[in-house]
Amino acid sequence: MLKKIKQTPLYIVAILILLFTGLPFFIMLNTSFKDQGEFSSAPWALPENFSFENYTALFETNFFHFFWNSLVVSVISVVLVIIFGAMASYPISRMKFKLNRPLLLLFMVGMMIPIHTTLIPIFLLTQNLGLYNTIWGLIGPYVAFALPISVVIYTQFMSELPKELEESAKIDGCGHFQLFWKILFPLLIPATSTVAIYNFIHIWNEFIFALVLTNSDEAATLPIGLREFYGEFSVNIPGLMAALSLASIPLLLVYFVAQEKIIKGLAAGSVKG
Amino acid sequence: MAINEPSQQLNTSAGTYRKKEKRKKFLVILGFMAPALIIYGLYVVYAIGMTFYYSMFDWSGIDANFDFIGIQNYITLFQDLTFWQSLKNNTLLIAASLFTQIPLGLIMALLLFSPVKGMRLFRTVYFMPFLMSTVAIGILFIYIYDANFGLVNQLLGAVGLDSLQRGWLGNEDTAIWAVIVTICWQFAPFYMILFRAAIVGIPEELYEAADIDGATGWKRFSNITFPLLKPIIVTSAILSIIGALKYFDLIYIMTGGGPNNATDLMATYMYDQTFTNFNMGYGSTVSSMMFIIAFIVTVIIITLDNKRKADY
Repeated sequence: MLKKIKQTPLYIVAILILLFTGLPFFIMLNTSFKDQGEFSSAPWALPENFSFENYTALFETNFFHFFWNSLVVSVISVVLVIIFGAMASYPISRMKFKLNRPLLLLFMVGMMIPIHTTLIPIFLLTQNLGLYNTIWGLIGPYVAFALPISVVIYTQFMSELPKELEESAKIDGCGHFQLFWKILFPLLIPATSTVAIYNFIHIWNEFIFALVLTNSDEAATLPIGLREFYGEFSVNIPGLMAALSLASIPLLLVYFVAQEKIIKGLAAGSVKG
Repeated sequence: MAINEPSQQLNTSAGTYRKKEKRKKFLVILGFMAPALIIYGLYVVYAIGMTFYYSMFDWSGIDANFDFIGIQNYITLFQDLTFWQSLKNNTLLIAASLFTQIPLGLIMALLLFSPVKGMRLFRTVYFMPFLMSTVAIGILFIYIYDANFGLVNQLLGAVGLDSLQRGWLGNEDTAIWAVIVTICWQFAPFYMILFRAAIVGIPEELYEAADIDGATGWKRFSNITFPLLKPIIVTSAILSIIGALKYFDLIYIMTGGGPNNATDLMATYMYDQTFTNFNMGYGSTVSSMMFIIAFIVTVIIITLDNKRKADY
């Protein structure tokens, strides 16, 4: 009994924070199930007639086109980051040469660089490459800015693998490329899942490059598309909330499938040398 | 190939063999690093160099005028009140991150280890803000702060504080705070995750020893948990300072830097100068300054951190 009373303040704080973090989310979902009339008469009440109409109505918009664009860009970028990041970390972590440390440092510096310091040149470069206003133009900057954290994670992970791997591979007559792809890469799976999850979350939500490098519905990703909805839907708030809810689903889904991995991935994102 | 090598070695002198090996090694390193170096070099290193180069030109970006003016843009920048206002807002955001996000994240992480029932629910809900799409958060909070039907005003009305009701984002005095609360809402869960991972890593024996000594609650925290969390707190501080210096997204989405530049950050000011006012030369100057500031701050933090480590 005494213990219970002592724990009351703990519960109060825990529940207050629960309301603070959860309420906006709840309001978004709640509003998305109402019709417009209901929303304007009682904006914050529970819906009287639970309806999925706002969601099905999204099929008549560009929503799923934006969604698809985001998915394509995110998946391709993450795959490229995994391949290029793991490859670049191999010499840095497992071969001895003069530039190991400077090269690692070069990538690490990338974590503090403000994206805006690269924005104008990348805008012009993308135009010159003929990639302006296409989803393909986004992949370059996404990969480039995902490389620093990925190289750091891979380098750290790879330098902890036993040195004997190379020696036994050399006896079998394996070259460096075979050694890397056949023996090392499969051993990197824990680091790879960290890199994949960390970068997917960031690229899925990326806003500024998508804003500057695309200029049409054709090439817009979900964040840009949502902003457009905000302009168009300003009278239909429940419809807008349905779009916002649906846009948040992939990350929530990934979270429920791989909770521990995400948490580990994000925590690993903080490993600064 | 492998079989041929020994005979080759016999035919050539040891010196050229070593040279050959060295060249082969160089090619291997290059082969592995080339894709990453090319992309990183082009989109990060080259781009930064070009930004500093453009920062010395009077250049709109849309017409042919591209005039070298040396450091004139930097002189203008130092006299530009809006730039100073935005730098002030960045500083405010740094303070808010350090003194709100990190403590809140720490409290949330500690709660996850307390004997509160229903832990899975708490953990999931606490973490959700970080998983929400940033644009979705921005739009959602625009409605939460709405002057007419917004949740904040409704709650104030419900407890009889009608006098405090206002359009939070349209008011020059409250807009920056309204957005900062939203930013803290989004990022506190991230720090919660970092702290949770660090707390999991604390050896159980330490707490067992503390139990034997009869240390409970606050003493356990101040004598064991907190000292062991110091490194991750420093890391979080670094992340949040750097993050606050280059922050852009929610400010741009929720206020666009307005009303009347009251919420401008360096990044939103740079965006406006470049892509709204078509002042690419000056926009490059603002972003060069962002780089310089972020660089100086990083060097200071790393120096201080190394000193702290040396003191141990």
